[in-house]
Amino acid sequence: MNGPERITAVEGGVLPLRGDDIDTDRIIPARYLRTVSFEGLERHVFEDDRAAARQGATLHPFDDERFAGARVLLVHSNFGCGSSREHAPQALARWGIRAIVGVSFSDIFFGNAAMIGLPCLTAGREDVEALMAFAEQHPRTSVRVDLSALALESDAFSCALSMPAAARDAFISGAWDTTGMLLDRVDEVRAVASRLPYVTGFSAPPRA
Amino acid sequence: MGKTLLQKVWNLHTVRQLPTGQTQLFIGLHLVHEVTSPQAFETLRTRGWRVAFPERTFATVDHIVPTRERRRPFLDVLAEDMIAALERNCREFGVPLWNVGDRHQGIVHVIGPELGLTQPGMTIACGDSHTSTHGAFGAVAFGIGTSQVRDVLATQCVAIEPLKVRRIRVTGRLAPGVYAKDVILEIIRRLGVRGGVGYAYEYAGDTVERMSMDERMTVCNMSIEGGARVGYVNPDETTFAYLEGRPWAPPGEAFRRATAWWASLASDRDAAYDDDVEIRADDLTPVVTWGTNPGQSVRIDEPIPAASDAEALAYMGFEPGAPVRGQRIDVAFIGSCTNARLSDLREAARIIKGHRVAPHVKALVVPGSAGVQAAAEREGLDAVFRSAGFEWRNAGCSMCLGMNPDRLEGRQVCASSSNRNFKGRQGSPTGRTLLMSPAMVAAAALAGVVTDVREVLS
Repeated sequence: MNGPERITAVEGGVLPLRGDDIDTDRIIPARYLRTVSFEGLERHVFEDDRAAARQGATLHPFDDERFAGARVLLVHSNFGCGSSREHAPQALARWGIRAIVGVSFSDIFFGNAAMIGLPCLTAGREDVEALMAFAEQHPRTSVRVDLSALALESDAFSCALSMPAAARDAFISGAWDTTGMLLDRVDEVRAVASRLPYVTGFSAPPRA
Repeated sequence: MGKTLLQKVWNLHTVRQLPTGQTQLFIGLHLVHEVTSPQAFETLRTRGWRVAFPERTFATVDHIVPTRERRRPFLDVLAEDMIAALERNCREFGVPLWNVGDRHQGIVHVIGPELGLTQPGMTIACGDSHTSTHGAFGAVAFGIGTSQVRDVLATQCVAIEPLKVRRIRVTGRLAPGVYAKDVILEIIRRLGVRGGVGYAYEYAGDTVERMSMDERMTVCNMSIEGGARVGYVNPDETTFAYLEGRPWAPPGEAFRRATAWWASLASDRDAAYDDDVEIRADDLTPVVTWGTNPGQSVRIDEPIPAASDAEALAYMGFEPGAPVRGQRIDVAFIGSCTNARLSDLREAARIIKGHRVAPHVKALVVPGSAGVQAAAEREGLDAVFRSAGFEWRNAGCSMCLGMNPDRLEGRQVCASSSNRNFKGRQGSPTGRTLLMSPAMVAAAALAGVVTDVREVLS
């Protein structure tokens, strides 16, 4: 990921992935975390779920050719719950996903995705259901996820999206890569540290 | 209007409000392990940055460590690469590392408290979602991803959104055979696995106040399974007594000053909460999961609800309306950052002493740290476990997750004291996990089936 860049909208095909509480162990099984880089993780995205689907003679959406090249992932609620592994959004981003629209996201996943420039936006459950059903019937549907207008639009469908203002502003202004911003105020950081009794070894009287 | 501990600690550590509206929050303690740090260190190296506060940064190895044969190089070349990378990174960036074979090595969330690194009033971050464990001390502790690990290494800060606070008051006495693990499983069952999204959980009430630090850690550990990134307990005399004399706790006169400061950080009586929940504990029973998320559980004497998630039932091979009690198990695992502390091992040993593991069950005990292991061995607990037919291993995350040689095979069913029963979590893509207290795991290991530990104890 090279950043930061401004991310105001994502356009592309939709990939509907049904199910609440899809955890990061499913997105990228732990055995693929035995690596010192994020390279190649996309090859193992949803690997066990996809294998299970094949065994059951069904097609996992990530194996469904009709959704090949999709850039917008559609999910239900609490997507990305579980472990804090950034490998999960990394695997999705490297697979080609550029935005995720869902009913809700786990806090850690939402933050991890934001840190690598992958916006997660929420929509009402009815809208998500309707869009999933539409995308399954019309798999080549292309949508535009507009972060400025907070709307998802396509020829046949549109709905409102939401996203915390801070996260949205960060994407739109290109400030989602935080390190530079945090590095900016080294003196203020030192000042805060020097006021914390545990940093100074409780040598001064406590400031209750 | 009073303040909660979360608000007080948050304010003390706020560097500034960022233009994005997030808080730039100073991190008092950064714990590092081999899985989520290599890419972060690599960025520092590429950009020519240093670790900003190496004296507030500590590393150990836990996730990938083999718990039986630990000779180097590891047989798993990927694991060897990871530990070698951590060694090099810690050496190059001046971060202390407790490596395999060191007396302080262990699961990050076990060694932080054990060494007195974890203290009330700190902000604590680690690239692991179970960092919430440290909240047991009245710290504000949360898991972060690798990009945030990079930020904390380079700046000792994170950019983070403020959290709401839900107070969960647990009241009443726990019956014998009912443990802190049952309390948190019940909380997750009642509030759901998404109930805590956007919240910090403050655990309060007389049940929590009576809990030992080990028990409070078990409760706070699984906050994230309820969706809450942060869980904490207000610091009190139990907290201070635990910390006194630990290697990194303030010594002598400084400790007295520290306790005064720590006590001042507890939530005020008139603090306002965004939500308040009460849970009665006196009628609680052992709780066991039946499904593929930690909220899918039943009290041991209840059947699996008729209207349960069909996908989870199919994966687990369970029928709605069936009991979990009596379910045959293949593996019994006592370990993990949830339940591998000395008191957990003592309670499990008390149950198995003089008995034998069922012949078809593979049973293992993995102490949470080298310190826990040494203390347990001094008490002879290793002998108790071994003579009952348990394997006694070295410290690590082990079978909590499939990153080291300890894994389920095929569709094995594991009675596990760990924290996640996700599909494939324990290393086999079709493996099945039943979460329960370590005492319940011990009882299941002996019987070969899920058993109500209260019957064993009576």
